[in-house]
Amino acid sequence: MNAISYNFAYLDEQTKREIRRALLKALAIPGHQVPFASREMPLARGWGTGGMQVTAAVIGRDDVLKVIDQGADDTTNAVSIRQFFGRVAGVRTTTRTEEATLIQTRHRIPETPLRPGQIMVYQVPQPEPLWRLEPSRAETRRLHALAEYGIMHVKLYEDIARHGRITLAYDYPVLVHGRYVMSPSPIPAFDNPKLHRSPAIHLFGAGREKRIYAVPPYTDVVSLAFEDHPFRPWKAEAACALCGSTDTYLDEIVIDDRGTRRYVCSDTDWCERRRAQGRPV
Amino acid sequence: MTETPLLRVRNLSVRFGALAAVDGVSFDLWSGEVVALVGESGSGKTTLLRSIHGFIPPTAGSILYRSDRFGEVELTHLDEPRRRLLARTEWGFVHQNPRDGLRLSHSAGANVGERLMGAGARHWGTIRAQALAWLDRVEIDPGRIDDLPRTFSGGMQQRLQIARVLVTKPRLVLMDEPTGGLDVSVQARLLDLLRRLVAELGLSVILVTHDLGVARLLAQRILVMQRGRVVEAGLTDQVLDDPQHPYSQLLVSSVLVA
Repeated sequence: MNAISYNFAYLDEQTKREIRRALLKALAIPGHQVPFASREMPLARGWGTGGMQVTAAVIGRDDVLKVIDQGADDTTNAVSIRQFFGRVAGVRTTTRTEEATLIQTRHRIPETPLRPGQIMVYQVPQPEPLWRLEPSRAETRRLHALAEYGIMHVKLYEDIARHGRITLAYDYPVLVHGRYVMSPSPIPAFDNPKLHRSPAIHLFGAGREKRIYAVPPYTDVVSLAFEDHPFRPWKAEAACALCGSTDTYLDEIVIDDRGTRRYVCSDTDWCERRRAQGRPV
Repeated sequence: MTETPLLRVRNLSVRFGALAAVDGVSFDLWSGEVVALVGESGSGKTTLLRSIHGFIPPTAGSILYRSDRFGEVELTHLDEPRRRLLARTEWGFVHQNPRDGLRLSHSAGANVGERLMGAGARHWGTIRAQALAWLDRVEIDPGRIDDLPRTFSGGMQQRLQIARVLVTKPRLVLMDEPTGGLDVSVQARLLDLLRRLVAELGLSVILVTHDLGVARLLAQRILVMQRGRVVEAGLTDQVLDDPQHPYSQLLVSSVLVA
């Protein structure tokens, strides 16, 4: 029996053109959320449909695709999205960061520094950084338009009042190009500095919320903070149990019923290659 | 005193369809002056106040405001960015219900600090210190700075709202029944506090109230409104002791004497 044949990269050409137009606009106005007509994808909203649509719109036959889920190449979401594009676009896939031309990611930026020409595609659950502070979307759009971002600091103020420091560990709001406050998607705050003047292109797709935004290469991306409480990217005070790395973002894993913990690199590609180079603990 | 009034309202009208809620109102507000708008409910006091602040666009008329930043501006034609900037720096609006003017899911300190952060303050220690000083000034225990306003009593919430509005040292404060819904003893303390703060900060205030006692205590001048029109205006004592318009006479004579 013949397999059902899809258009290249699943989406029809008109849809891809529409998404590309939104992407171009998003790149022209760094950090600004551009509405787009989010399509149904063959998986549930909230599982990365925004990122998948952006990937489908920008992927070409020569691209090499890497998909990561919380830093890992081998978890369900990463495996199925990678297989999906392998099937509907027939592109080469990889787990190696530097080999990839296109990296779709859920909530991490790879430890390997990105290079010019690479495209990062983020899956975004909530594109609006002001959403917990201002319930009306009409009003948040107005606040963005007028660059009234005082309320963003209210949340940070309270963190310091309660805990003595900013405890926001992920989805830490950033100011892009000195103009728009943007949600970097739920990447750890540890990854925020990697966005600052990054040589790669960063595209953010929120499928359920129907928004696309972007950070073009070499753009200022500054994490919000107070003068007397500067931004501090947080990570666990430990070394990776597998590769011994101390400067990467670590996952905390509870390994028995007595609460014993073990820390391993969240970026599996980085960790595996460090071990292959013979640098285990 | 300066030469021109802080605020000049001319022939201001606000219509809701066929209903003229505010109908050709004109008055001046001078710097450092407290003017009370009195009248029965439905007479257009609150609508007038809200249209001056820009919550409701006026249908006709003009409002001239002498701004520190922009010089004299016509508020009915002012562009939104500048109007909002004025609203969060030079003006303050005290809502009748403190829940409308507060962020209930954020702490008292954040509520006071929000206006400062909105005006560009980015030093946590300074914001914190100012919030503490203002809580003290409105007689809220500074130890409650990190408590949520919903755990406060009605009177405390109202004082917190006042602290939040006054922290950026506005020039013009619009108050919509600030003592409404509070019991008499709490009202008295709040009025005392308001009178002191208004004098200390040299605020210009437009105060909407239906309580003539509040007007007598705080205001230098009174505008009596009926069906959207100002039927009588004058010095507080003059209007209250010797009302000329039949409606003002009715209003004055209907005050309950305990």
